[in-house]
Amino acid sequence: MSGQRREDEAPSASQLMEYPVIAQGTVETPTVEKEEATKGEIQAPWNVVVHNDPVNLMTYVTMVFQRVFGYPRERAEKHMLEVHQKGRSILWSGVRERAELYVQQLHAYLLLATIEKPG
Amino acid sequence: MEICRQNESLEIRELDPFLAELLRQIPDSVNTKNSPAAEERLLSAPAEAKETEFRSEWKLYVVPELRRLFQSSTETVRQDLEQLHCTKKPFANCTLKIPLAHADAWLNALNQARLAIAASYNFTEHELADHFRSPFGNRRDLGLFQVNFYGFLQEFILREIPACTDEG
Repeated sequence: MSGQRREDEAPSASQLMEYPVIAQGTVETPTVEKEEATKGEIQAPWNVVVHNDPVNLMTYVTMVFQRVFGYPRERAEKHMLEVHQKGRSILWSGVRERAELYVQQLHAYLLLATIEKPG
Repeated sequence: MEICRQNESLEIRELDPFLAELLRQIPDSVNTKNSPAAEERLLSAPAEAKETEFRSEWKLYVVPELRRLFQSSTETVRQDLEQLHCTKKPFANCTLKIPLAHADAWLNALNQARLAIAASYNFTEHELADHFRSPFGNRRDLGLFQVNFYGFLQEFILREIPACTDEG
């Protein structure tokens, strides 16, 4: 999966911080070390975790999983039940910037969601 | 009270003055200024405490967007609730029409209200699951009733709107 952003996607918080500084018509290029470190950090797998919340309705949580991740109802319900019974469920794993975007979307629906590095 | 779908809107008919008043309280219920617990719940942390840089970026860039989204939903609901101020008789039952196009805003505002009230009163999971609680005698009990009533409306709205997926 590519770490590059599509043209129509809004930049995530970390992307906004990574844009090169533009001053007086020149672009400061980041050092090679920093670039490699950032690339490595972004490409490491990150988990999108949803935590249990006794207030959010089960049907609502299922709908949110369908909308945000495009999961079919059965898969969304499986994750919803996992959240309800085990207290948390990993909804998605992959590049950090996309994980951040998913967490942002889940927060917009008022779910308790975090980004976590496995292990 | 009767709730049904009528073409491109959801209608709550025969809404008695008490329930109408609870609906009018939705916009005020989402106000978290006097409740740090509610504020913390509506704008929860996106990562563990050790992710300090990410969390500070989140506060800077994402939280303002979330606030705008929540306020926008609440404002839509507030405008729909204007219908409840038009009753000629002060204690008459009334009807509230919610355009289907506003369904997402209602879901969001109802959820904000439920979460904010539950956090403010620190309701336990047991209390939240007790849907047959006896009539309320204090503000806390009324808060629990609000959470359940708003949840009932959410359930109805969820039944009437598609999840925007192929369901397959």
